[in-house]
Amino acid sequence: MANETTVPTVAPEVFPQVAPEKGMFISLGPQHPSTHGVLRVAITTDGEIVTSAQPDLGYLHRATEKLAEKRTYPQIIVLTDRLDYLAAMTNNWSFCLAVEKMMAVAIPERADYLRIIVGELQRIASHCVFLGTYGIDIGAFTPFLVAFGRERERILDLFEEICGARLTYNYIRIGGVMADAPEGWEAKVRKFVKEMWGHLKEYDTLLTYNPIFMDRTQNIGKMSQEMAIAWGITGPNLRATGFKADVRKDDPYGLYSKISFDIPVGKQGDCWDRYWVRIQEMRESLKIIDQALDQMQPGDTMGKIAKTFRVPVGEGYAHLEAPRGDLGFYIVSDGTPSPYRMHIRPPSFVNLQILQVLLKGWKVSDVIAILGSIDIVLGEVDR
Amino acid sequence: MFELGPILSKAFATLSGWVIAHGVPAMGAWIINKSIQVGALVLGVSLVPMVLVYAERKVSAFMQARLGPMNVGPYGIFQTLADGVKLIFKEDVIPIGSDRILHVLAPMVACAPAFVCFAPVPFGKGLVPINLDIGVIFIFAVSGITTIGVLMAGWGSGNKFSMLGGIRGAAQIVSYEIPRVLSVVPVLMFYGTQSLQGIAMAQTGRWHGFLPKWFIFYPVIGQIAFLIFLIASVAETNRVPFDIPEAESELVAGFHTEFSGLKFALFFLAEYAYVFLSSAMAAALFFGGGDGFSAGGIIPSWLWFLGKTFAIVFLFLWFRWTFPRLRVDRLMQFCWQFLLPWSLANIAFAGLAVLLRS
Repeated sequence: MANETTVPTVAPEVFPQVAPEKGMFISLGPQHPSTHGVLRVAITTDGEIVTSAQPDLGYLHRATEKLAEKRTYPQIIVLTDRLDYLAAMTNNWSFCLAVEKMMAVAIPERADYLRIIVGELQRIASHCVFLGTYGIDIGAFTPFLVAFGRERERILDLFEEICGARLTYNYIRIGGVMADAPEGWEAKVRKFVKEMWGHLKEYDTLLTYNPIFMDRTQNIGKMSQEMAIAWGITGPNLRATGFKADVRKDDPYGLYSKISFDIPVGKQGDCWDRYWVRIQEMRESLKIIDQALDQMQPGDTMGKIAKTFRVPVGEGYAHLEAPRGDLGFYIVSDGTPSPYRMHIRPPSFVNLQILQVLLKGWKVSDVIAILGSIDIVLGEVDR
Repeated sequence: MFELGPILSKAFATLSGWVIAHGVPAMGAWIINKSIQVGALVLGVSLVPMVLVYAERKVSAFMQARLGPMNVGPYGIFQTLADGVKLIFKEDVIPIGSDRILHVLAPMVACAPAFVCFAPVPFGKGLVPINLDIGVIFIFAVSGITTIGVLMAGWGSGNKFSMLGGIRGAAQIVSYEIPRVLSVVPVLMFYGTQSLQGIAMAQTGRWHGFLPKWFIFYPVIGQIAFLIFLIASVAETNRVPFDIPEAESELVAGFHTEFSGLKFALFFLAEYAYVFLSSAMAAALFFGGGDGFSAGGIIPSWLWFLGKTFAIVFLFLWFRWTFPRLRVDRLMQFCWQFLLPWSLANIAFAGLAVLLRS
């Protein structure tokens, strides 16, 4: 017999909860293996078909933007590490770009090349995590330990060598980078790049062209180009729909204009395309790293910048192509050592919003496949 | 030389002779003998999952470029034992919203048939606990009871994820039971018996002096039957790529989400017991049971049988750590639109072959 104890209900305005007239309400998360952090998706289903889905955010809110108003600019870099914790390098970089733009600092060439190398390594590491966790979402456990535990680990070792940290780097600073690469580091990166080509082939046999995987992801969660643009989707998710958009090409920053690479695009914007675009991006990143290593010359790694400085009054915005999309920092300065206001344009947060229309009409199993293919990091969504 | 069958039957004969000599009626002696046999079997079946869990961990570690358990005992061989102890001492949680009776009964209903199913399995020459004439059908029939346990667990947990898992599990097991039974029909047609022991014995001998007369080596029919049996068995045991009732990333842990401690261990035990059972069945049905390559050789039949069984178990492990998971509707489609027609066609082929042979 079912127990009569009443379960306390939570006010519906706190948790968006649509009482379904027929079917079932499923609260996917905040503690669920596949929400990649503390995300909750309130789903109503009719049988196995999803009739409505509402992402519920804010479990990881840390008020990063407000905190930034009380800190000096170099101190804010530390905060940006904690946004998208799988791609801390690009977060550092984006913030520094915005500040450098406002201050009009010249960055030494070597520092810019080092930024490109660590940025692209970071992209590979981040996509490795995507590949591994997406494998788990689909039910394959092995890719996780291969991509996450083997290749990403080597990238983290490289990062540890160059900046001492494995997750929150604080490596890219305003005016350059924290330190030059240690001796032998470049050779190690080259070795890694060479071996990574082979590993990528392994991923293709393990997951990309696996018939079951393709069956689970192809034609699932299709996102049309118009829909993606209307919802402000950026990054691999937008490119999967066949739209060629990449900040590295459209609005080149750093020294990307000196490097040749392709922008891989998908065909129909389904889950498999989103996955495939990321795998191809890893290949492009390897090419970029190789070129950057070839072009890099010895030299300074830090521009001429005072220990304590003030940013001129005004506002500035800089964005770059983070692994998850277009990451932008908007800063308003009132001439004091800390910004008057800092706003972050997080790609994960914007990409996540489309879930409410994208999930409709798919099966519960597909919800996981679609949610995973969007590749969100909750640290960035909730800030 | 090291055949266990004759030694054991001699030992049991001596035992009953000794017991009868001490004034116990013949019926009592029989009961004593059978209790010892059943006890040994239950103990063995409970130990098998331990070996399999360890094997699974090491195989997965090997496939995933890591070491697996290394600390508890040499090469971590006691890790499963430690885990078993941990599970026994864990708190047994019964959720508030659950149906108490169903929740408590479910693991037992799911686990008990797994033990009973081992009764007609021929572990070697003369090493069959009970030589049932309907052995194959008996196993299929009894293992079907587990479905009820899965449904009870799903419904009785009072959890939506569990319920979805339970319903999916029941649908899947019932569906795959059909091609699984049908895939075995050609074997029964060829050997004209349903006793697993009889089928295994019928597969001794050689074609052209070297190729063993195992059913798997019958052209086309044997291979199709084995493949369908293997696929359906993987689905029956709810393992990847058919682990939809558990589907960690979708349903948390499916029908056993709300179970902890020993109750969870029972589900675990049932799963691995069924993996072993399916492999043992495949070894007896398709690979000649205890028949070795070298007849009368130094390797006894029970070792041959175990070797074959573990080789097939390895396939199960291999699948699990390589494949992604199918979607539930595709799973059904695969069963009804692919496996079922092929198993029916295979029966037709087998009928033709039997007709031509006679």
